Amino acid sequence: MDNIAIIGLAQTRYERRKKDKIFLDLVYETTTAALDDAGLTIDDIDNVVTVSNDFFDGRTISGMAVGDAAGAYDKNISTVEGDGAFGAMYGAMRVLGGAGTTLVVAHCKGSEGDTATITNGMFDPIYQRHLGINAVTSSAIQANAYLHRYGITEQDIAMVSVKNHGNAKNNPFAQLPMDICVDDVMTSKKIADPLKLLDCSPVSDGAAAIIIADEKTAGRAAKPPVWIKGMAHCADEYFLGDRDLTNPRSLRQAAQKAYAMAGITDPFKEIHVAEIYEAFTYMEPLWLEGLGFCEPGQGPSLLKDGVTTMDGRLPVNPSGGVLSAHAVLVAGLARIIEIAEQLRDTAGARQVTGAGMGLAHGINGPCGQSHCVWILSKEK
Amino acid sequence: MPNWVDEVEPMTFKGQIAVPYTWWVGDTGSRFLEAIRDQATFLGTRCPDCDTVYVPPRKNCGRCFTALDQWVEIARRGVVTAFTIVRANHPLQPVKSPFAYALIRLDGASVSILHLITKDLARLSIGVTVEAHFKEASQRTGHILDIDHFQII
Repeated sequence: MDNIAIIGLAQTRYERRKKDKIFLDLVYETTTAALDDAGLTIDDIDNVVTVSNDFFDGRTISGMAVGDAAGAYDKNISTVEGDGAFGAMYGAMRVLGGAGTTLVVAHCKGSEGDTATITNGMFDPIYQRHLGINAVTSSAIQANAYLHRYGITEQDIAMVSVKNHGNAKNNPFAQLPMDICVDDVMTSKKIADPLKLLDCSPVSDGAAAIIIADEKTAGRAAKPPVWIKGMAHCADEYFLGDRDLTNPRSLRQAAQKAYAMAGITDPFKEIHVAEIYEAFTYMEPLWLEGLGFCEPGQGPSLLKDGVTTMDGRLPVNPSGGVLSAHAVLVAGLARIIEIAEQLRDTAGARQVTGAGMGLAHGINGPCGQSHCVWILSKEK
Repeated sequence: MPNWVDEVEPMTFKGQIAVPYTWWVGDTGSRFLEAIRDQATFLGTRCPDCDTVYVPPRKNCGRCFTALDQWVEIARRGVVTAFTIVRANHPLQPVKSPFAYALIRLDGASVSILHLITKDLARLSIGVTVEAHFKEASQRTGHILDIDHFQII
């Protein structure tokens, strides 16, 4: 693969309800901030990739509506309807395909619709939707199956909430910085067993943007480029009942492909920081297993042993993760941005010392049907 | 900078979209729903290559990418392979909480079907045997909720 890099990035602060900003404001704000960050102007952008979802936005072909705010006038624009990590991968493909410098911008205002209704809409309309299943209740099924299979306790996964909300205290962009303990999670409102309120990510408003460029353009960027060393995605079956929900096989495959592309043979040794899409607490250990950082069922041990805390060998979700801010679709791009900040040494109070190689991860579809894995590096 | 809400009234605008759809169920799905409505039975399709039996029936095997045309009759009984007991309510849920969503592998099927368990939740666990309880024949319309619920045996 040719050398390509992330040369500009920006995100909004994530909030429960942004009363003062409409979609266009969010997209314009992050686009201009990403251009400033890169030291470029909109004339330097050749392609625009927007990331949005029609159900969340409440409009048809939602990507087209934000084109003007994304600087797409007189340029090509296309939309990825899925998580931002996948949108960014498409953006990277535009660059690799020789189409020039690419802006990827994602937005979502979860506050303006009803997330349970919108996520019910991702299920099969004939066989599943009438049962009222949604993102939370389907994930609860997965959580229960995972805990049951490996004898993991609710306290084990509650620890993820404690860690990530604590990490969020060092992230000015996070929505839910919190000092909590396992007992707070255990006694929070029951939603769908075993998930309680503090096992779940919040509803959020926010946007994020990155600029991806070839090596030549990266040479004139205002800040050190963050090099894209590997990226891959892979999908599992659609129907929940077809899958082994405790075995994220599509993540395993995506990770293996991304590692191979980046020349990584021992991810635990070679990766210094990871941002994982944990929309619910149990997802962090389960996805870490899929990423090959431990054996199946051992995910919770990584946290219990202090491996994934800020002072551990592999800090996971220094940003506070998706549990601390979950603008849907934006969240995967936010994972990439956090890793890029870490590799630029600009992550402030949450900086992981000596981070040279990082991993960012996004998911799409119910219960992590599809996974996208990014390997980013400080070094070319 | 002054706080904008001191100067401007924050306004919202209510949408009015309902976006009604009428989906054709297709030949495979229609056959499945017809069997539920008329016989209170389940039908699945079998993959000739990997023997996976899909319920609800699919027209092609996702794993082998092979067309499926072998129909298989599936039992009304099966085992719970995963579940959650729902504690919160939402208007789209067909019953009030607490109730359970369960993935149920019916005898004769290779994959699990998603449905509801509404009673005896204290006895619910992974591996427990359940049986489909259908609505009265006169009330069945060819709908996934023609199965009223699954009952723990």
